[in-house]
Amino acid sequence: MQLTVWTYEGPPHVGAMRVATAMKDVHYVLHAPQGDTYADLLFTMIERRTKRPPVTYTTFQARDLGGDTAELFKTAALKAYERFQPAAMIVGASCTGELIQDDPAGLARALKLPIPAIPVELPSYQRKENWGASETFYQVVRHLNICRAQEQHGKKPESARPSCNILGPTALGFRHRDDVSEVTRLLERIGITVNVIAPYDASAYDITRLPDADFNVVLYPEIALTAANWLKRTFRQPMITTVPIGYGATCDFVREVGSLTGIDVTPLLSESNARLPWYSRSIDSTYLTGKRVFLFGDATHVKALARVASEELGFDVVGLGTYSREFARDIREVAESYGLEALITDDYLEVEAAIERLQPELVLGTQMERHTAKRLAIPCAVISAPVHVQDYPARFSPVAGFEGANVLFDTLVHPLTMGLEEHLLHMFRDDFEFNDEAGPSHLAHGSGKPIASRSQSPEIQIEQTPSDTAAASGITVWETDAERELKKIPFFVRGKARRNTEAFARERGLSTITLDTLYDAKAHFGK
Amino acid sequence: MSEQHAPFAEQKTIAGCAERPILRQRGQHEVFCGLTGIVWLHRKIQDAFFLVVGSRTCAHLMQSAAGVMIFAEPRFATAVMEERDLAGLADMNDELDRVVDRLLERRPDIKLLFLVGSCPSEVIKLDLSRAAERLSVKHNPDVRILNYTGSGIETTFTQGEDQCLTALVRDGQTRLNDQTKTASLVIVGSLADVVEDQFKRLFANLGIEDVAFLPARNSEAMPQIGPNTRYLLAQPFLTDTIRALEDRGASPIRAPLPLGAEGTREWFEAAAKAFAIEPAHVEEVVRAPLERARQALSKYREKLAGKSVFFFPDSQLEIPLARFLHNELDMRPIEVGTPYLNRDIVGPDLEKLPSETVVSEGQDVDAQLDRCHMAYPDIAVCGLGLANPLEVEGITTKWSIELVFTPIQGFEQAGDLAELFARPLNRRTRLEV
Repeated sequence: MQLTVWTYEGPPHVGAMRVATAMKDVHYVLHAPQGDTYADLLFTMIERRTKRPPVTYTTFQARDLGGDTAELFKTAALKAYERFQPAAMIVGASCTGELIQDDPAGLARALKLPIPAIPVELPSYQRKENWGASETFYQVVRHLNICRAQEQHGKKPESARPSCNILGPTALGFRHRDDVSEVTRLLERIGITVNVIAPYDASAYDITRLPDADFNVVLYPEIALTAANWLKRTFRQPMITTVPIGYGATCDFVREVGSLTGIDVTPLLSESNARLPWYSRSIDSTYLTGKRVFLFGDATHVKALARVASEELGFDVVGLGTYSREFARDIREVAESYGLEALITDDYLEVEAAIERLQPELVLGTQMERHTAKRLAIPCAVISAPVHVQDYPARFSPVAGFEGANVLFDTLVHPLTMGLEEHLLHMFRDDFEFNDEAGPSHLAHGSGKPIASRSQSPEIQIEQTPSDTAAASGITVWETDAERELKKIPFFVRGKARRNTEAFARERGLSTITLDTLYDAKAHFGK
Repeated sequence: MSEQHAPFAEQKTIAGCAERPILRQRGQHEVFCGLTGIVWLHRKIQDAFFLVVGSRTCAHLMQSAAGVMIFAEPRFATAVMEERDLAGLADMNDELDRVVDRLLERRPDIKLLFLVGSCPSEVIKLDLSRAAERLSVKHNPDVRILNYTGSGIETTFTQGEDQCLTALVRDGQTRLNDQTKTASLVIVGSLADVVEDQFKRLFANLGIEDVAFLPARNSEAMPQIGPNTRYLLAQPFLTDTIRALEDRGASPIRAPLPLGAEGTREWFEAAAKAFAIEPAHVEEVVRAPLERARQALSKYREKLAGKSVFFFPDSQLEIPLARFLHNELDMRPIEVGTPYLNRDIVGPDLEKLPSETVVSEGQDVDAQLDRCHMAYPDIAVCGLGLANPLEVEGITTKWSIELVFTPIQGFEQAGDLAELFARPLNRRTRLEV
């Protein structure tokens, strides 16, 4: 039993819904009680989809449990087939449906519908949303290609241009809609025909055309890797797993596609629409150097953004982690390359504690980290699902491809206080209307002000920060002068300065922190 | 549990009573489960915490239903059951004790903890009442621990509050002793604090000083119920709470719900009558706010009169709301869907609906959407999942959940309530895109 307040991922059947909703003519019949219909609003409200998700819920009730819930499932499936006339049907159960063990797969088979009925078994008490999406997509791909798999005939017509599939984009994904157009455009410019994009906007028939392509692009490994592996095994379709998010990763991606297809990609690389490299080299960006950044989200975005942050903006990555346990090993490797230990957890309080401990200058995370960062008054940008309605922008806003890199430059820089402004804040700390607590001048008024520090919050008790404990136990005491001087340091680095000074004092066994200790520590830790 | 799950005849119209047929439906429901009530209850009772014992779906529902609107540190959480709990590798009761200990350690400000049952906990028959008893003994006297079910296999949306209040009333009984003073008038159902304060002042002016509210804002302040207690409903979805109140000897004051100028007037009149207060005095007390409410409504009547409205079932507030829209704003209710119809409660509102209005109970959402398309109402009141798809088809909508989260009861809120329906229509006329 795990105590949870907010959760990064929904249950696995929500992952299955993301696949079904992304597709054009597939219907999902879900053995689930009425409360589970809340999931519709994720798509219609948060993502602002204009149609209800193609999902029929059996909405069994307590009084049905003694009776025939299996019959209820069959009726619901039959009615859904008649009403929606889908080309294929996915059948399964939600967490409660799983407990009553009605075997939706067998029941659907017994109906002998004239369309493929694809059973997905999603263990709700072990797995989560992304795994559910991955398993569902794999089952859809496998079931709809079973005949071709037996005949083992992959790519059929020889055409002049090489072709590929883009795998992984779903409904309710982070920027999937725009990533798909950007990556498609990129591939077209290289000279590749995009055969099928799936599951996003794909029909069941499109899925049967997947083996026609020369190779697969695994855009979101969390969702598409299992299916792509099966396609590789079955149809000898190679795959590209470099995710083109960030400038460097996009260049790598283009080169890989070039070497796989024998196309010369150098002209494209030299005339890309990427502005990130110049913007980052331009003199205004100097102030970004060494900004301490913390990253948390799904594996794909954290891995990509860590590279963007360190190699392309010149930040210091001081901490990173993911809730995608399936990709824990990848993320541990990434963390090691920065000399860090990855935080693998789905408890947002652990992530919050890490942010509080590390005192980064920028947080890149999900909507949970945005909330945490707001409380701690740390600038933040959202880079990964789960996200809120405002992170489905109306404008074209990909994170993949060269345009995606441009978007990321803006996204990562926007929350920060600009270079010269930062200097002025350091110089004139007591200006009553232009001070660090007013927040960056280009952002909403008061956005820099801490909402409530965790320790002040009446809502929840937390462990004391080391500085609190130190003060309480009397190990290190700040002299008034030193304390006053500390307050002159802009608040976005003050926490770090406090901790560094206290650590410095502890190491040297000093019980009192004087003005000199403060500056000694500054010199000690200074670059 | 109440009788709301009596088998419905599929898609069949049967005569509910002599004067009005009720369309009873059994198909896919598109409603929240009772857990959703926690979203407002955890704010209403300020020293209470709600621990859902359920699955990741429950946690995800809470964050999605609430998260659409808010994202703050809440006084609720979910104990998510895992494979090892279900496989019997871990003793579920030990696990629950551990979770509760951890929670109470983190939140020493909590005085009342609800263990809230969910679909999976009900299906595996996890006995939360025994767990609550056991844990109450352990944490006595710092924290009281109660339980109720918010599961979607038994409760729809606002019925979660019904179950929660039932648990509170039953708990009061166990704490009753000879010295306990019981309340003479109890207003039942969560109200916004501002509405409560207005009502308290009006009751005082009427001469009824001893008024209590259930739920109270604080766990220590929950009213005690006895044979001298009269209760008056502020919310319509309280079937089981009523039973618990009457088990303790309380007697009802029947009235329409306090919505709009006339609904609120009749509500106060009914209360005054029960306490034998002179009608002339009542008239004097309510005259000014009643006049204000009527005036506020007249402004909206111009905009709303003649407009048709279609209710999807959601909160059980549908019939009282339809009464208000028809009676006080001259709107035309085409269909009024409710998840569960309790005539004892909504009877006074129901009888004021025009005979051509279809009243439906239960749901078959696809069939109901078809009827809504046919009727093409000026405004459809529906859940969050249905709103945008209807808007795309040109049907203006109002989220029904807003009607539960907004102060709408009482004289001073009559105009606000009308405005909630006028705003989406107003928006339609402004937009040129």
